Amino acid sequence: MANKGEGKKTFDCVIVGTGGQGLITLLEILADAGLKSGFDVKTSELHGLSQRGGSVEVHIKFGKKVWSPLVEAKKAELIVGLEMQECLKAAYFAGPETQYLINKTEVMIPGKELVSPEEIVEDLQKVTKKIVVVNADEICKQELGSAAVSGVYLLCLASFKKMLPLKPETMLEAIKSSVSPKHLELNIKTWELAKKNKKN
Amino acid sequence: MNKLLENAAGKQTMFLGNEAIIRGALESGVQYIATYPGTPASEIGNNFYALQKELKDDPKFYFEFSTNEKTAMESAIGANFSGLKTLVAMKNFGLNVALEPLLPLAYTGTRAPMVIFIADDPQCHSSAQSEENTRPFSVLGHIPMLEPSDAQECKDFTAEAFNISEKFGTPVIVRITTRTAHQRALVTLGELDPNRKIQLKGEFVKNKRKYVTMMPRLHGMKQELLDREQELQEYFEKSKLNRMEGRSMFKNQPLGIITSGVAYLHAREAMEQLGIDLPVLKLGTFHPLPEKKIRDFIKKLKKVLVLEELEPYLERRVQMLAKDVNCRLEIHGVDFRSQIGEMKPETALAAIAKFAGKNYKSSKFEPNFKVPMRSPQLCPGCPYWLAFAAVKKAVDEKEVIFGGDIGCYMIGALPPHEIYDYMFCMGSGIGIAHGIKKATNQKVIAFIGDGTFFHSGIEGLLNAVYNKSNPLLIILNNEITAMTGHQPHPDAVGVENRIPIENMVLACGVTPENMKIIDQGNAEEFIGAVKEFVEKPEVSVIIARRPCKFVENKIG
Repeated sequence: MANKGEGKKTFDCVIVGTGGQGLITLLEILADAGLKSGFDVKTSELHGLSQRGGSVEVHIKFGKKVWSPLVEAKKAELIVGLEMQECLKAAYFAGPETQYLINKTEVMIPGKELVSPEEIVEDLQKVTKKIVVVNADEICKQELGSAAVSGVYLLCLASFKKMLPLKPETMLEAIKSSVSPKHLELNIKTWELAKKNKKN
Repeated sequence: MNKLLENAAGKQTMFLGNEAIIRGALESGVQYIATYPGTPASEIGNNFYALQKELKDDPKFYFEFSTNEKTAMESAIGANFSGLKTLVAMKNFGLNVALEPLLPLAYTGTRAPMVIFIADDPQCHSSAQSEENTRPFSVLGHIPMLEPSDAQECKDFTAEAFNISEKFGTPVIVRITTRTAHQRALVTLGELDPNRKIQLKGEFVKNKRKYVTMMPRLHGMKQELLDREQELQEYFEKSKLNRMEGRSMFKNQPLGIITSGVAYLHAREAMEQLGIDLPVLKLGTFHPLPEKKIRDFIKKLKKVLVLEELEPYLERRVQMLAKDVNCRLEIHGVDFRSQIGEMKPETALAAIAKFAGKNYKSSKFEPNFKVPMRSPQLCPGCPYWLAFAAVKKAVDEKEVIFGGDIGCYMIGALPPHEIYDYMFCMGSGIGIAHGIKKATNQKVIAFIGDGTFFHSGIEGLLNAVYNKSNPLLIILNNEITAMTGHQPHPDAVGVENRIPIENMVLACGVTPENMKIIDQGNAEEFIGAVKEFVEKPEVSVIIARRPCKFVENKIG
């Protein structure tokens, strides 16, 4: 993130999923970790009709100074996809440098045929070679008894794999200050699970 | 404690634009808030509602969810005429409803400070009906309009709006768009002492000359209004809300940018990325415009780029001003962008690059993937699923015209239901149904939700009964305003003094035998009622009563 001369000066992340996957909480964790790392942070969220089980897309940007709340087309550093079909739509923000981190989960669309996971990865590879697909729902369900934390798992994994400019320890601190006490223990375990699986 | 109430001047906190608006109002000592929910403005009401509960033992303000935006505006006007510092909040379409009392308010002027918060929704993320740009209402009403760009400005501009209102005795509109309302960023807090005593009662001091808008006094008021507008313009010429930026401003720079709102943020980022630093005139007041400041800015330029969202209202004004001072000025704006949809960073980048003769490199690859569209869905277990299914079973879809309305049941327009044949604005389903019945021999069934019925459906029903037509109105009553986040309404679950919908229906003149309350879970009875009622020679109403799943969970 150079601050002089031409070129983009922020680290831009887009998270996509479907309504009810808790994307706003993920933004809160990332924003908090960003601030704790000394960055300026801006997010863009959508509320209302757009949350009604439809596609949800939220943006977060880190930098010395962030102006626009929106990520530029083709310029996201990281796209976290909590649902596979939504990753196709998010290709709008993807370019050759974009890292995809994908939850291998599909949410049905009534009356429509879904694109197969293999086809999706094949398509996305036309845009970027940096694609990591993780069976986060399955892993979290098996190891932690809940797929609800798969989003947090992916974010922690992104941190451990250095896909984010946020250190894992900072992510842990952000989880502690953002997650409600009721769910904190589970979320800390999620962070530990990501640590264990960081090489996979 | 709620972070909106934190007494920590100077501290930086992440706030949503809408939360920053609230914080600004609280720091200004707002005493009376009235609103009707609508995204992207809903968080204003939701947060004040939550704060009101939190502060119930030591209230710092009066808050109400009014029945619609017009009653919210009127409620606020009454409080304001009684001397209270007032905030009204609504989404863009709400201003259409509230316009009637707003225009005379500009004539009478305010007694205490009053701010009207409006959130527009370019791109229609959470809106049907139109991509409305409320900017021209400020010109129409001679009402000052401020446009913050980011969360910090949301707070600061709201506080300044109260100051301006106090200084000039006028209501002040703060207008933002979705990406400012739902942008979360750091905000530096101002003073907010939790122990301060806020006066909750005022006094209406009689002053017929001020508050009775009749001729011949009305023309006197209009003159005062125009004078006030003139003074405001002069004030805005010097206000920090409108500022020139850029190191090369005083050099012989042939290019400049005029921008406002969220477009300003895109412009700043684009210039940073392109490695250029053109002079920028950042406008925080859309009306009155600081015309002198604009003239000074464009006087020596060869080319100017006006960067704004939606219709080029600002650009047209700049064109007019340029005629006086620089008739050879090349003016760009809408030729580099679309008037449809929100402004995106890449739009600003491409526009500024083209304007400044810079190369904007972007990967050429355009993904053309087959992406299955995921439209919004009724929640699993939503009672509306049952209602749509039952109606489709009861009648031949080809023979009946179906009218929609605004609420969760808008989703009935989308697959798999695709039931509506027309859908307009709040309360219009029944109003239009009446017209179709009068003009044709076709059968019409109009749908409306409970919240929307109270908002503006009653008038349409009353008109249909009074003018003797016979549509069937199905009121989908889930006993809460669900779409915008479960706000109460006069017949919502948990309301102390509930005013039953059926009483309102009967009061509109619908006869008891033409009204039926059924749980749509009882499919057989429901289908039977639809079959019977759609043939009625008078207006008939079925109230399909079953609470929203989330309400059920809350109570049970």
